[in-house]
Amino acid sequence: MSPVTAAEVKTLRIDGTDVSARGDQTLLEAAREGGLHIPTLCHLDGLSDVGACRLCLVEVKGSAKLLPACVTRVEEGMEVSTRSDRLLKYRRMILELLFAERNHVCSVCVANGHCDLQGLAEAHGLTHVHFPYRYPKLSVDASHDRFVVDHNRCILCTRCVRVCDEIEGAHTWDVMGRGIESIVITDLHQPWGESDTCTSCGKCVQVCPTGALFEKGRARFTQKKRDFLPYLTAMREGNSG
Amino acid sequence: MTPDQLSQIEADETASRQRIRHRLNVCLAAGCLSLNSDAIKKSLEAIVAERPLTESCQVKAVGCMGLCSRGPLVSVEPSGTLYQGVKSADSPEIIEHLSAGPVERLEISRQVPFFQRQVNVVLENSGRIDPERIEEYVAAEGYQALVQALTEMTPAEVIDQVSRSGLRGRGGAGYPTGLKWGTVAKAAGAPKYVICNADEGDPGAFMDRSVLESDPQRVLEGMIIAGYAVGASRGYIYVRAEYPLAITRLSTAIRQAKHLGLLGTQICNTEFDFDIDLRLGAGAFVCGEETALIASIEGRRGAPRPRPPYPAQSGLFSSPTLINNVETLANVPTIIRKGGDWYAGLGTAKSKGTKVFALTGKINCTGLIEVPMGMTLREIIFDVGGGVPEGHKFKAVQTGGPSGGCIPEQLLDMPVDYDSLAQAGSIMGSGGMIVMDDSSCMVDVAKYFMEFCMSESCGKCIPCRAGTAQMYDLLANISEGKASLGDLNMLEDLCDMVKHTSLCGLGQSAPNPVVSTLCHFRDEYLSHIEDQRCPAGVCPCSPPEVLS
Repeated sequence: MSPVTAAEVKTLRIDGTDVSARGDQTLLEAAREGGLHIPTLCHLDGLSDVGACRLCLVEVKGSAKLLPACVTRVEEGMEVSTRSDRLLKYRRMILELLFAERNHVCSVCVANGHCDLQGLAEAHGLTHVHFPYRYPKLSVDASHDRFVVDHNRCILCTRCVRVCDEIEGAHTWDVMGRGIESIVITDLHQPWGESDTCTSCGKCVQVCPTGALFEKGRARFTQKKRDFLPYLTAMREGNSG
Repeated sequence: MTPDQLSQIEADETASRQRIRHRLNVCLAAGCLSLNSDAIKKSLEAIVAERPLTESCQVKAVGCMGLCSRGPLVSVEPSGTLYQGVKSADSPEIIEHLSAGPVERLEISRQVPFFQRQVNVVLENSGRIDPERIEEYVAAEGYQALVQALTEMTPAEVIDQVSRSGLRGRGGAGYPTGLKWGTVAKAAGAPKYVICNADEGDPGAFMDRSVLESDPQRVLEGMIIAGYAVGASRGYIYVRAEYPLAITRLSTAIRQAKHLGLLGTQICNTEFDFDIDLRLGAGAFVCGEETALIASIEGRRGAPRPRPPYPAQSGLFSSPTLINNVETLANVPTIIRKGGDWYAGLGTAKSKGTKVFALTGKINCTGLIEVPMGMTLREIIFDVGGGVPEGHKFKAVQTGGPSGGCIPEQLLDMPVDYDSLAQAGSIMGSGGMIVMDDSSCMVDVAKYFMEFCMSESCGKCIPCRAGTAQMYDLLANISEGKASLGDLNMLEDLCDMVKHTSLCGLGQSAPNPVVSTLCHFRDEYLSHIEDQRCPAGVCPCSPPEVLS
C-alpha cells in the first residue's frame, strides 16, 4: 500500500450521495463532512480509533465483510451503504446487548438526557430490550476527591483509557480481565483515590459517553466538554513533527 | 557453519550410529511422558549399563510416534518393532529379546492402516530422532534446505518454490503461504520480522505442541529460510506457556543452532544474519489471532485490532511482519529440499500437501496423524483412526475447534480440504478432530464451545463480548429444558449478528459450532425445547434413567 497523501482527492458515493474526501480521510470523516450521520460510541475526534463498538459498520460494494467506517480509508469510486435494513438491525442488537450487559437505569443516572448510549437508543427507536438482562454485581469507586467511576454504567468504549494515555500522557486507566468480565481500572487496580499516576485532570470524565465517569456534586451539570481534544491532538502533532 | 562442516556432522553422526547394533527409542513427548515414559527410559538405561551391552545398545529419547492412546511407546531399531503400553517392569524382557525377536505380548504391528495410510512430511522425524540433539536432525537431512537456499537460491527463488508448492497456511485460514511471503518481501520498511505462531489453543488440538516437542529444529530451519526469503533478520516464536516441554526443547534447539552458527551472524558464510527469540503467551486464546499476538509480543494487552493494515505491511513494532503457524513453517525445509513441484504432487487441486490432525474423542486410535489432503473423513476416522469404540455409533466429528463445526455421518465421504470443509459449515482449522458418538449431545457440545469463546473473548468489541455471553446463557437454558422456540430464534439472530459484526476471527467464528449443530442436528435442539428431553441423556433437563 503506497502512503496516502492528503493532497489526493477521492470521490465516492455514500447512501446514494456523491461525497468528496481527502485521500487520508476515513469513511466516517467523509460521511460526517457530507452531512451523513453514522453512529459511533468508541470513536471520538482527537483520539486514536480502535474499531471496537462496531456501530459504524457499513456495507461497501465489492467487500464481503462489513467494514468499520472509523478505520476504513476512502477510496476512489467506493459505493457505501450506511443505513441498510441489515445494518440497522445489527446496530439495534448491539445497543440492546449493551443495555442488557450491565445495569443501565437512565432514570437515576447522572448522564440522563446527555448520554451517548441513551441518545443512540432514542435515535434507533429502541423501546425495549429483547435480551435477558444480566444484572452483574459491579462496584462503584468514589475514593477519588472529585470523581467517581460507576462500573454499572461503563460500556468499555475505552475512551477514558485512550484520552489518559494519548492526551494527558498519564495512562492511569487500562482494561483488566477478559470478555464479559472486563472492567476499566486505575493503575494496577487500586482505588482511584490512591492512584499514583492520576493527575486529576478530569479528561476521562469529559470523554465518557455515559454516566460511568462523573464529577462529584455536579450531577445536574454533566454536559460534557469534548471539543478540546482535536485541538490538543493538533498541538501535539505540531510539536512532534 | 559451512556446508562442508554440516556434511561432517552428518557423517560423524551416521558413523556413530552404525557402531550401535540396537537402538531403543522411548517416546518422551507429552503424551507418553504423562504415563511416566521417562521412568521406562531410566530403567532401560540402567539395565543396559549393568550388562555388557553398552557398545551395542543405545537407549534414546525421541518425540511423538503418533499412537498416543497406546502409550507409552517404545520402538526398536533397526528391526522396526513397536511396543505399546510399556511399563518399567517390561524393560528386562525387552532387552533380552533384542536379538531374539519381539516380545509378542507388547508388540503392535506397523502393518495397520494407522501407520500405512499416513504420509509423513512434517512428522518425518517425529519419533525417530532425539529432539534435544541437533546432530540427529542434521543426520536426517536437516539444514540442507537452509544451506541450499542461502548458497544456491535468491530470496525470490525461495518464494517461487513455496508458491509452486501450493502450501496454504496451516493455522486454519488457508491463506497461500507463497503469496504472504511475497507480500512481506515486497513491503517497504525495515527491519522486517518473522513470527512463528505457536499459540495453539483449540481444545483437543496438539499438532503444534507435538511438532515442537518432537522436531523443533525443523521449525527453526523453516523460520530461518522464511527470514532469508522476506529479508528479515529477527524472528520470534510465540509459544503458549502451557507447553513447558515444548518451550524447553525449543530453548535447547535455539541454543544448539546458535552454537553451530546456524543462527546468528553470517550464516553459512553469507551476508545473512538471523536470530530467534522465544515469547511466552500467558494463556489467552485470542493471542493466536495475529494482531493480538503482535500486541502481546510488544508488551501490550493481547487484543486484536482492525485490519487493514495487515501485518505484512505494518505488523510487529509497525514493521512488515511475516506470521506463520508452526506446521506451515515445518513444511518449508522439505519443500525447499525436494522442490515445490514435488509437494504440489500431494493433495488435491486447491489444497496441496499433507495435513497433521490430532484425533481425539470417541475414537479407537487417539493420537497424531499426517495424511495427504483430500483423504475423506470416513477414511481418516474409520481406517486410520480405527473407528469409534465398540457398542457405540458414530454421530459427528468436530473440526476446527471453537471456530469450526460439527460434521454429521452423511457428509463423511467428503474429501478433507479447505474448501470442502468450509462448504460443510466447518473449517479446516489447525487440525483438531474431535470424534463424537451417540453418547454425545450436540446442544451440550455447542454449549461447551460457546462457554470457551465467552471466557476467551478479549472483551474489546461488543458483539463478541456481550453476544457470546448471551448465546451461552441461551444454550444453557436450552440444555436445562427452560427455553422456548422464541429463544431459538434469538439464538439464530445472535449467531448471524456476532458472525458478521465481530472485530476479529474469534468472534466471527464463535457461532460456527452452534450454526453447524443447528443445521445438522436441529431435532436435538427441538427435543430439548419442546419435550424437555436430552436424547443422549447428557443435559440436566433429563437425568439418566435409573436401571432397575
